[in-house]
Amino acid sequence: MAGFFRPLPALEPLTAPFWRACRAGRLEFLHCPRCSYFVHPPRPICPRCRQGELERRAVSGRGVLYSYTVNHKAWYPGQEVPYVIGLVELAEQEGLRLTTNIVNCPPERLRIGLPVRVVFEVLNDEVALPLFEPAEEGR
Amino acid sequence: MTEPLERRAILSGVGQSAIGRRLFRDDLDLTCEAALRAIADAGLRPDDIDGIAAYPGPVQGGPGFSGPGIYEVQDALGIEVRWHLSGLEGPGQIMPVIAACFAVAAGLARHVLVYRTVTESTAAADTGRRGIGAGSAEIRGFGAFLIPFGAMSAANWLALYARRHMHEYGTKREHLAAIALTDRRHAALNPAAVYREPLTMEDYFAARMVSDPFCLYDCDVPVDGSTAVVVSTADAAGDLPHPPVRVNAVGTALGKRPVWDQWPDITTMAARDAARHMWSRTELRPADVDTAQLYDGFSFLTLVWLEALGFCGKGESGPFVEGGSRIALGGELPLNTWGGQLSGGRLHGFGFLAEACRQLRGECGERQVPDCEVAVVGVGGGPVGGCMLLTR
Ligand SMILES: [Zn+2]
Repeated sequence: MAGFFRPLPALEPLTAPFWRACRAGRLEFLHCPRCSYFVHPPRPICPRCRQGELERRAVSGRGVLYSYTVNHKAWYPGQEVPYVIGLVELAEQEGLRLTTNIVNCPPERLRIGLPVRVVFEVLNDEVALPLFEPAEEGR
Repeated sequence: MTEPLERRAILSGVGQSAIGRRLFRDDLDLTCEAALRAIADAGLRPDDIDGIAAYPGPVQGGPGFSGPGIYEVQDALGIEVRWHLSGLEGPGQIMPVIAACFAVAAGLARHVLVYRTVTESTAAADTGRRGIGAGSAEIRGFGAFLIPFGAMSAANWLALYARRHMHEYGTKREHLAAIALTDRRHAALNPAAVYREPLTMEDYFAARMVSDPFCLYDCDVPVDGSTAVVVSTADAAGDLPHPPVRVNAVGTALGKRPVWDQWPDITTMAARDAARHMWSRTELRPADVDTAQLYDGFSFLTLVWLEALGFCGKGESGPFVEGGSRIALGGELPLNTWGGQLSGGRLHGFGFLAEACRQLRGECGERQVPDCEVAVVGVGGGPVGGCMLLTR
């Protein structure tokens, strides 16, 4: 069964900077300088104040686990299961979330509200995925 | 209130093909079978049909997902039309039914054939069910932020919603199970349902996990089958053999932000906006509804629809369905009386519509809701949702 592997994000004009920043070890989002709103997924204008000229801004990579699921089904031949899919809300803005994987975390430690921090999994020369692991509380 | 335009439409006919696992029949074949039955059921001939619409048309999707396009079906049936449409984006999978209501109301057509056909069971016969994007090297669009992380199914995306609902409101797996078990009890009374043998709470908790909290029985069953309805102008009602099913109101609204993981309150879905919109177009109220046919691609979606439509308060759907008696036949709100997609088969929204029509016409035999006058149909999950209120 050749030809099955993890699908990669396409590097499209709006989204490529996100993935390239991850590859460089930085979590960055588009940010509206007028109304201070992080815009994700990337859009050409700010959906709140409808202005363009969004800037890229790095965030701390800290957040909390907003929800999670342990996936048990292999979605393609050879995919290793189980793994944890998390929905992480970033510290910088309510509702700014990433669907991601929670790593370096025993399943019994998973809980909504768990403090997490970003780690990057490098996939190739241009793309790394932002994954999250438990962060020490209060640090 | 000026009379909503959708009241100029009726559902004059309904028909379904054979429905089952691994039928190994062509999607066009199944569609023609359903279409001819729906047209005959409406007391019409194929030449009377002057509009055609479908969900979703020949789009990219998983194997067996899309069904045949409207050009193929129009050609196979040898008909001419004055209005036609297919598409993937809109208020739930019943989007073309809603669009057809407005087409007949506007006088663009008198009798529109609308269908949804799936062959997902046969398509996966050799491979098992694969994830969205499996086999693709690169993912474009919204999936780029989901699929590379192994979030390759709506099961994953909605499991995140379900767990958050559990966290905020104390919803339990027993509540998800109440949907699955009730659907199965109803399926036992529907000869066309795919799974009809009894399902117990023990069976439910013994099932393998797919994406927790969703186990096998929380996920609908892929099937092959086609459902067709005929949407006619209300002027035609007197000429038809059956009492018409009337369209009372549709719900088509969609709030901010329709992105799976950025939806502000993931204990709700687009269902909330569509339902609110629907109730704003009618004098009827939730207490007037005799049966609810609510999407259960995953058991959790039905809970969200119950809240969205106001059958219970926000966050209260778990206790509302606990034990199942309230939502069973004989209860105050008989739900998914054909078995839903969990036991009746994944007809992708149209199974609920067909059942609502049959209940309102009093054709459901053992599973008939007595004196059924008002039915609500709500379909879709996450940022996709649409609903219709139907009356006899
Ligand atoms: Zn702005």
